[in-house]
Amino acid sequence: MEKFTRLDGLVAPLDRNNVDTDAIIPKQFLKSIKRSGFGPNAFDEWRYMDIGQPGEDSSLRPKNPNFVLNQPRYQGAQVLLTRANFGCGSSREHAPWALLDFGFKAIIAESFADIFFNNCYKNGIVPIVLPAAEVEALFRQVEATPGYKLVVDLQAQAVIRPDGYGVPFQIDAFRKECLINGWDDIGLTLRHAEKIREFEEMRRINQPWLFS
Amino acid sequence: MSKTLYDKLWENHVVHQEADGTALLYIDRHLVHEVTSPQAFEGLKLAARKPWRISSIVATADHNTPTDHWEEGIKDPVSRQQVETLDANIREVGALAYFPFKDPKQGIVHVVGPENGATLPGMTVVCGDSHTSTHGAFACLAHGIGTSEVEHVLATQCLLQKKSKTMLIAVDGKLGKGVTAKDVALAIIGTIGTAGGNGYAIEFGGSAIRGLSMEGRMTLCNMAIEGGARMGFVAVDDKTIDYLKGRPFSPKGEIWEKAVAYWRTLHSDAGAEFDHVITLKAEDIRPQVTWGTSPEMVVAIDAVVPDPAKQPDPVKREGMERALQYMGLNPNTPIKQISVDKVFIGSCTNSRIEDLREAASILNGRHIAANIKLALAVPGSGLVKRQAEAEGLDKVFVAAGFEWREPGCSMCLAMNADRLEPGERCASTSNRNFEGRQGPGGRTHLLSPAMAAAAAIAGHFADVREIL
Repeated sequence: MEKFTRLDGLVAPLDRNNVDTDAIIPKQFLKSIKRSGFGPNAFDEWRYMDIGQPGEDSSLRPKNPNFVLNQPRYQGAQVLLTRANFGCGSSREHAPWALLDFGFKAIIAESFADIFFNNCYKNGIVPIVLPAAEVEALFRQVEATPGYKLVVDLQAQAVIRPDGYGVPFQIDAFRKECLINGWDDIGLTLRHAEKIREFEEMRRINQPWLFS
Repeated sequence: MSKTLYDKLWENHVVHQEADGTALLYIDRHLVHEVTSPQAFEGLKLAARKPWRISSIVATADHNTPTDHWEEGIKDPVSRQQVETLDANIREVGALAYFPFKDPKQGIVHVVGPENGATLPGMTVVCGDSHTSTHGAFACLAHGIGTSEVEHVLATQCLLQKKSKTMLIAVDGKLGKGVTAKDVALAIIGTIGTAGGNGYAIEFGGSAIRGLSMEGRMTLCNMAIEGGARMGFVAVDDKTIDYLKGRPFSPKGEIWEKAVAYWRTLHSDAGAEFDHVITLKAEDIRPQVTWGTSPEMVVAIDAVVPDPAKQPDPVKREGMERALQYMGLNPNTPIKQISVDKVFIGSCTNSRIEDLREAASILNGRHIAANIKLALAVPGSGLVKRQAEAEGLDKVFVAAGFEWREPGCSMCLAMNADRLEPGERCASTSNRNFEGRQGPGGRTHLLSPAMAAAAAIAGHFADVREIL
């Protein structure tokens, strides 16, 4: 996983509640057995005028000019700004894979669905929860200012606006450390292998029905 | 000190805890299907790691498998490759049980686990699938995980977790005739919203929940995720234990007795405190139908499509307007006047034997309306299918004009050939009415199997209570 410390990125607004993972990456693309290449199909049904198929060259497909991420001013965006309950629905990690492949490294929302929130961390994407009023203010600024960028300072736990105003955000200490160092969770957990083995042995004795 | 069921389940699985409360939780059961596992197996291999405990794995192919013409195999080459990749991975790694495509016991992973006794009370159950919450019906700590976590569980038999907040949703009283677990689930989501359970582990309690069968409890817990909670569960009682007795992977003899003694402790203690409590009266719950593109957009069958003009919040109002446009509906239209093109009875929410019985009891001696282009009955597993056939339910479905299919996820998410065409409207017993969920441009209305059967007969949504 790539390390995340500080990002100075163009912001794209997606002004909706309850953006679900079916919308982020539709089911036909889940048939892939790879982790990469989902970016061209992120938000496929909203982004294109036709119905996408896996393996197709999406650069040749007709784009929906009304979909916000197709607007020229948001090309190259690295920060996605959205509303409440982003990433609800299916647990598909293809959703953060698609967002990352599209170019997003941080997502700011009023709230996230739990499984998606978790999946972001596993891929080096920072999901940032801000109060509704701060999110609303950011929406107004993004829409009013072409080329609007935000700094995400993970070390300082703050989103810094171009006017210098910093909005603090919360993150678990353990997750923050993993992101900053780009640590592999599995490697970290396996440091406790001995403890896991002992726990398992006790369990086998006390609850043998779990080990049939 | 009084403990909640969640406290008990949590404490029973903590291997290690970090200073900030992040815990390493031991995983008892790892359910695996073809869509969310290939990258995890590949990652394991690339890092030269071995799976920690093969006997925790129960696998099946369900999302991509066709529901008809099994003799022709899987025609879509990309789907076939994914299923064959699972075959190869399980062949290489091993599993407690594998039910591949065409196996007599193959089916939807969340139907297969419990019916084989592979889901036992007190377990942590995970799967790369959000509807893993289903297994909470057995007082399990059960939830969906992403593919990175699938790999983490394969490699370490553990998951990194922060403890959730607790919510008790108590439904007391007696459900009316024709009102089912699905209606309870939808009514709850309509009350708390699709984000209402974010950050919570939900315990479902109250006399109406205790009155549900295990199938009904599975339907309810299945939909916890649609209320934003990764997991929902129900305490152990006699029904739990009776259901599990004699299942293939259920313990036997002396170990069974020991297990039952432990399982009997799996309930919240009297006086246990929850972070949030919601109470519903069973008598107030009427048959539900969703009208929009989120499960929280739901009303009772005798209601009308809501009017966005009455919604004060601008973001919510726009969401409602967008949903109505997508669904091709006008505000204030009576739900009963909305006609239906297709009917789908199936999915991990409603494809168990009780669901099929419920639908068949409505369809018996009746026929689907002329405007219904396709009505599908898709059993949740091979075992459910054969049980239904032994009871003659297949004949009822077929006589009523339904197609009786092979088991799988089918038109719940339309990864196989079963799907809606753009603009088609479906009465569906599945769990998600998101845009494009059942096929690009498809319009999904969620309801119970009995209500789906009633809609199939009428050709439009109908109140099953008037047919009973």
